[in-house]
Amino acid sequence: MQVTDTTIDNLAHLARLRFNEDEKGSIKKDLQNMIAFVEQLKEIDTTGVEPLLHMSDTENVLRDDVIKGSISREDALKNAPLKDEEFFKVPTVIKK
Amino acid sequence: MEDKYEAVIGLEVHAQLQTASKLFCGDSIAFGAKPNSHVSPITLGHPGTLPKTNKKAVEYAIKLGLACNCEIEENNYFARKNYFYPDLPKGYQISQHTTPICKGGFVKIKTTEGERNVQLNRIHMEEDAGKSIHDRDDDYTCVDLNRAGTALVEIVTEPDLHSSDEAYQYVTELRRLVRWIDICDGNMEEGSLRCDANVSVRLKGEKKLGTKVEVKNLNSIRNVKKAIDFEIQRMINIIENGGTITQQTRSFDASNDTTFSLRDKEEANDYRYFPDPDLAPFHLTKDFINKIQSSLPTLPNQLIHQYQNEFGLSDYDAAQLCDEKHTADFFQSTIQFTQHYKAVANWITGPIRQYLNEHHLSFETILLSPKTLAELIKIVDDGKVNFSVASSHLLPLLMKENKDPLQLAEELNLLQVSDSNELEEWVNEAINKMSDKVVEYKKGKKGLIGLFVGEVKKLSKGKADPKIVTALLQEKLK
Repeated sequence: MQVTDTTIDNLAHLARLRFNEDEKGSIKKDLQNMIAFVEQLKEIDTTGVEPLLHMSDTENVLRDDVIKGSISREDALKNAPLKDEEFFKVPTVIKK
Repeated sequence: MEDKYEAVIGLEVHAQLQTASKLFCGDSIAFGAKPNSHVSPITLGHPGTLPKTNKKAVEYAIKLGLACNCEIEENNYFARKNYFYPDLPKGYQISQHTTPICKGGFVKIKTTEGERNVQLNRIHMEEDAGKSIHDRDDDYTCVDLNRAGTALVEIVTEPDLHSSDEAYQYVTELRRLVRWIDICDGNMEEGSLRCDANVSVRLKGEKKLGTKVEVKNLNSIRNVKKAIDFEIQRMINIIENGGTITQQTRSFDASNDTTFSLRDKEEANDYRYFPDPDLAPFHLTKDFINKIQSSLPTLPNQLIHQYQNEFGLSDYDAAQLCDEKHTADFFQSTIQFTQHYKAVANWITGPIRQYLNEHHLSFETILLSPKTLAELIKIVDDGKVNFSVASSHLLPLLMKENKDPLQLAEELNLLQVSDSNELEEWVNEAINKMSDKVVEYKKGKKGLIGLFVGEVKKLSKGKADPKIVTALLQEKLK
């Protein structure tokens, strides 16, 4: 797969990140290398092999429907960069 | 002009499962809690936390799938749907992508044109987002994460609906069903049931689907109908005026029954789904599914048929009884004590329901016992008390306290009088009072008999046995 400027721009948008032109250049190179490395896997014939969904063998890890584990609001808000006594605050989402 | 076009509608309904805790952690999902008080490090998406699937939520999703005739997927896994929004703490929503827990299926609806199965595409499980509050602060959006992580099922139809009326019936039926099997309270105002509509129009006979618009924020079944009506008309107007429909997400404005554009969809969203590495896949055994199947109550449509075919109830009565499960349960319990099905249906859909409505009560918490109702029906049947006295005088008391209806009628002196001496006095009084009508009657206006009977009823305060009174009157007026 060819990594182009558009690929970088698209990924940057999806990840909500911004790069300057220099950074973009080196990211493009790194990304190209990484993808080429992973693409080696394509050389293996995987016909009939089920995709691996999970690394561990454990399955059906389900819990009972019990209320527990909540923390206080004070603790919940503690690490938020922007908050008041009740809410997390973020820049306005909807234009008024 | 509208006849040229056909609307094609698909609905996505999100139903909050009424588990005690969230889908992947133990926070309570109770509605109306103080903001950000039902949160845990898992809900907040803190690093190093591990989600764990709520078994009850899985059972509820299967329950709904079975009730909607779906095929249940035995091999399930959860996927991450990646996007950024402030009320989505982790930056992804845990959802099901390629393996929805329920596939296909249908919901039977009834419209003026008859019964029809609305085809479902899928029902999948996912977690809810938090709530963004836009009007609390001028400069910021406030976020409450209590709802984040609540278990949802999303029920997706095929583009199989063709009018706002069908959509209305479908959501009504689906709401009844989730309440019936007790997996969701169906409260649209509180958002436990939410509906998005995908609407497009095309010329009749056209095979290709028109450009669709997704309408959000439909917080009542009536608004689903109104929004679709508005949208169909808006689209037809655009096409008739030579315009083209833009693919959009729109919102319904309940203040004037219109929709407005939230955003244009430039290109398909790129959610980069992949299997969630924090959650092990889960496999459902046939045994597990069968157990849930056998725990399902008889569904409303089956009951309606049974009530019509076995008990001879009318279409209307049967549907009324199956409007919600507690009403049907009450009927079901009462007919353990009496075979007078029609009378039971009449009492339930008539005076009892009226009493409950007037007092803001429900069949869920009704005090009147099915046995008492059966006894009440019996004394009316036996002619000991007439129906109107029973419903207006005895029922209101029995709704508060279960007593023996016959004894109560005696205490209140409401027993029907069939003693002819006593009846004769009232009959004479009525005849004397209405001498002009007597003349008419004797001239041949036999229909007036009802008027005399009514008068006797009034004089006796409902206690006179109408059958004997009629016979007495006919005899006297010869």
